[in-house]
Amino acid sequence: MSGSSPHVPFDLQSPAERAYFERFGDGLVVVLAAQPPGPSGWGPGGPPHGGAWIHVGADGRVRAFTGKVEVGQGTRTALSLLVAEELRVPLSSVDLTMGDTDLSPWDMGTFGSRSMPDAGAHLRTTAAAARGFLLELGANRLGVPSEAVELSDGQVRALGEQEVRAVAYSDLLGGLRRREMVPAPTRPIPPSEWIRAGHPAMNMGGREIVTGARQYASDLHLPGMMYGKILFPPAPGAKLRGVDVSRARALAGAIVLQEGDWVAVAAATLPIAHAALKALRADWEIPSLPSEAGIVEYLRQHPAEGEDFWDVIHHEVGDVPAALAAAPVSLAGMYTAAYIAHVPMETHAVLAEWQEERLTVWMGTQTPFRARDALAGALGVPPSSVRVVVPPTGSGFGGKHAAELAVGAARLAKAAGHPVRIAFSREEEFTQAYLRPMAVIDVRSGAEKDGTLTAWQFTTLNAGSAAARIPYRVANQKIENQPSESPLPQGSYRALGATANNFARESHMDELAVRVGADPVEYRLRHLADERLADVLRAVAVRAGWVSRKESGTRRSGPGTGIAVGLEKGGRVATFAEVRVSEDRRLEVVRVVTGFECGAIVHPTNLRSQVEGGTVMALGGALFEAIHFENGRIVNPRLSQYRVPRFRDVPPIEVLLLDRPDLPSQGGGEAPLIAVAPAIANAIYDATGQRLRSLPLAPEGTVP
Amino acid sequence: MSPSETPARPRPSSRIRVNGVEYVIALDPDRSLLLVLREELGLTGTKYGCGEGECGACKVLIDGVAIRACKTPIGETVGRSVTTIEGFAQGDRLHPVQQAFVDTDAFQCGFCIPGMIVAAASLLRQSPHPTEEEVRAALDGNICRCGGYLRILEAVHRASESGEGSS
Repeated sequence: MSGSSPHVPFDLQSPAERAYFERFGDGLVVVLAAQPPGPSGWGPGGPPHGGAWIHVGADGRVRAFTGKVEVGQGTRTALSLLVAEELRVPLSSVDLTMGDTDLSPWDMGTFGSRSMPDAGAHLRTTAAAARGFLLELGANRLGVPSEAVELSDGQVRALGEQEVRAVAYSDLLGGLRRREMVPAPTRPIPPSEWIRAGHPAMNMGGREIVTGARQYASDLHLPGMMYGKILFPPAPGAKLRGVDVSRARALAGAIVLQEGDWVAVAAATLPIAHAALKALRADWEIPSLPSEAGIVEYLRQHPAEGEDFWDVIHHEVGDVPAALAAAPVSLAGMYTAAYIAHVPMETHAVLAEWQEERLTVWMGTQTPFRARDALAGALGVPPSSVRVVVPPTGSGFGGKHAAELAVGAARLAKAAGHPVRIAFSREEEFTQAYLRPMAVIDVRSGAEKDGTLTAWQFTTLNAGSAAARIPYRVANQKIENQPSESPLPQGSYRALGATANNFARESHMDELAVRVGADPVEYRLRHLADERLADVLRAVAVRAGWVSRKESGTRRSGPGTGIAVGLEKGGRVATFAEVRVSEDRRLEVVRVVTGFECGAIVHPTNLRSQVEGGTVMALGGALFEAIHFENGRIVNPRLSQYRVPRFRDVPPIEVLLLDRPDLPSQGGGEAPLIAVAPAIANAIYDATGQRLRSLPLAPEGTVP
Repeated sequence: MSPSETPARPRPSSRIRVNGVEYVIALDPDRSLLLVLREELGLTGTKYGCGEGECGACKVLIDGVAIRACKTPIGETVGRSVTTIEGFAQGDRLHPVQQAFVDTDAFQCGFCIPGMIVAAASLLRQSPHPTEEEVRAALDGNICRCGGYLRILEAVHRASESGEGSS
């Protein structure tokens, strides 16, 4: 499994030092240096990252390398399509290495819908440069000017000659070891001329999935491998007073490792490892921690410094207090969203192996390079002595950023002198990973009598800044976010705070539309500053058969309909929902229409899957998902206690994809989630006249 | 697991039949079929998802009927025939349900898919042309967190249309 890895990771060497040809044989290598983050990435700052390299081999293979990883959202196929497109080779000729820290370009991580705009653009540019070199090599070989050749099916062909003359890349590259940097300018093929990308394509790897042959990190096995378990505190912040390890140590085949407060076991079999963990007699000091009741006040009273994706914004235009005071129509509301869990089907899993002084860790992670640095730091070895490989991963949804489990496995492996695998149990996945932050959002708005929005004050607590800004025209606006000290561990999550912030804004816009007697679609279109988003809204309204509510603004019986929009990570989304609320308050979502636009569509088959799947995942958080906790302890850390969407919960979902070949491709994994909850809440209001301002909307299947 | 690595107490051994192959294994009532398949026989296509029979990732066929391997003590499989996802294809020829999943692109991360295919095959064996409601009911114990349910329904429908679902 490890074999002939180079001892210095490529990203820590200059392009000229890297042993591309020793590893992959003769051919052409083209390298794109790390690039500044894209405009909708991490603000104006952030280190250059990504870049790409591509080896076009004399063996006929195209090997492409990116630091992004595939956690199950289809980016492997989408990125490979972009490479296949530029080089005019079949998809099956492309081998894409993702997230192997020995071989891939350094990358911040796979989050924030950056795979298409960053890795996609980098691979496309690098492949376009390789295309230029192949054209030049081919023209020389065929004895014609480089304008007189084209690439087609892995060959360079002479144009406009009666007899077809062509040379295969493999013939051009035999005996050649050419290394080039991407020259400027390099122009990829415009999406309007794509013949592979942008067209329906099957995802790679289907056969290995359906036969059970695909090896996820939790499936990997090495000779002599032991099974690790870590002693986790029973509640966040609990301190270990003492631990008696003697009974665990006495178990045949088990070892116990203790470093300060950190205690872990490893054993030859999983049952012995479980028994050893159970045999540890730990005495914990548990601090007094908040419970679910009173959490809103707790978060209000415990502000924290901003960091990372809790990037703090203070956005102020005009004079909001004056505009609110002067507004003939004004509204105020508080909206909340519960802590929810990622629940990846594959729990966190890690396999660590030391070979002499070099460590290899296979792990399902979204941040392999960050994990490499964390491992090196924790173990006191240089980063070049650590290799992190990301095997196929059973989903992440933002939940797989941490490296603690990898550090634990590496420590145990070192102490045991054997490879060690650790996987979270489902209960550990709930309690020892982290959650989507609980959100508390205060909105105040003011409008003219005709409905024109004049004031917007939006304060979002603990949700993060994603989608906090308003896509509607309003002269006076004040938008702030304030992180809180969370009693439960919280972190990244698919679409992060955008779901909560969008829920608050789109619910509030609906309330305003009702108040001023406007149709919710017309009211949004009147204020939307983004024409692309307006196009998506119009398309969804048409598909859904939206009937304007100019008269009363609401109706009080029969099925209810609601609509919402969102703009996030460069994607534009509109969701329509139709619900039925029975006499006994039972809520049924009977139809959803989601429209989505994210620039030029690279892999339409998969994008449709992402929009459908994202809509289903969002239904869970909208309707019933919630982490419950008492004294800082999660009390529903099991799938029998924490409900996620199942077959019976999924209504017909119609997906409309708006392709814009004239615009850069953006990610599609996150934004499709963010309009689902407000569309349903607005539909519930339409059906019942009752305005629900807290997610989940119907935790027990009924509306309150 | 080699014998030298097991605890040194005597345990009876037994025979189980998996994918047509007979294995001799230690009979320990604490061990689940899932543990034996994954960690002792190396058949990792069957997945751990929750350990309490809620997610369906560990489904296998016993005498043609889908069961949850995580909740099945190994002792219950003695004398019966276990089929895991690795036993579905005949050489290079995929089982019709597997083929339908590939043709429908009915997967994202793929982790739940072996359990889904097992559950669908079990259903189609009993009811070759189920209604959509029957499919939803039969597969409701299988979770796909990527939310690929509609594609999976389409794949099961495709398998039933192929008329070979029960093979």
